[in-house]
Amino acid sequence: MAETIIFILFAAVALVGAVSMITASNTVYSAMGLLATMFSIAILYVVLDAHFVAAVQVIVYAGAVMTLFLFVIMMVGVDKPDAYGAQLPIQRFMTAVVALGLFGAIALAGRAVWITGSDAFGTPALNGTAEAVADELFGTWMVPFLSTVMLLTIAAVGTIALAYFRDTPLEEVSE
Amino acid sequence: MTVTVTWFLLLAAALFSIGVAGVLIRRNALVMFMSIELMLNAVNLTFVAVSHELGLIEGQVAALFVMVVAAAEVTVGLAIIVAVFRTRSTANVDELAEMSG
Repeated sequence: MAETIIFILFAAVALVGAVSMITASNTVYSAMGLLATMFSIAILYVVLDAHFVAAVQVIVYAGAVMTLFLFVIMMVGVDKPDAYGAQLPIQRFMTAVVALGLFGAIALAGRAVWITGSDAFGTPALNGTAEAVADELFGTWMVPFLSTVMLLTIAAVGTIALAYFRDTPLEEVSE
Repeated sequence: MTVTVTWFLLLAAALFSIGVAGVLIRRNALVMFMSIELMLNAVNLTFVAVSHELGLIEGQVAALFVMVVAAAEVTVGLAIIVAVFRTRSTANVDELAEMSG
């Protein structure tokens, strides 16, 4: 019962945060809406016994990614009000149709697929501790894990390159 | 009334659809980028919910990999937005259409 109350509460917070993110005219409010959604998803991970993923969600998304977003918003976005009100109404209507149609299609597709448990007598209790995740991650998935190390290194180098070579004159770039 | 995996999957589908709507309706590059993050989060929720339902830890490992890719993507994407802002002084994608034919 407590599980149900927690799910309804934080699912509502997640949905309200997501909707306020795409409708807020101020970019900082959008970031705050996304932050609320990410915290709610972290709590839902705890409900699903994925404790380590929940901790990583809070540290990486609510901590690092949102801080980065807010830094860039302070540099770029705040003094430029978005032309949200200037959109053609037909585009908003079509967007609503596409989003609702996509939701319906995903729900239908989900109904068509039968998710079976790993045995007929109920699923074994899953405890997503750091130890359990690490056993799998550093055992079966060692090579993909190492390739994510490469990915992060390349991303860091690329970001530094983008910031460092910004003084190239525009004429040389366009020629 | 107990929470089943279907509720989580429907919530994830709703969050993904809201993310798609955000990419379609907003013209601010930062908000579009946040919508993409929302879609990645919705997919992560699906992974973890199904992992719980099936009793397999692989779903949580997949969610961690998605988080790593999302972190790399945010770093590079925000660097591109800042670089574009420094040359064009705007983050509105409608005004960044020089390459369209």
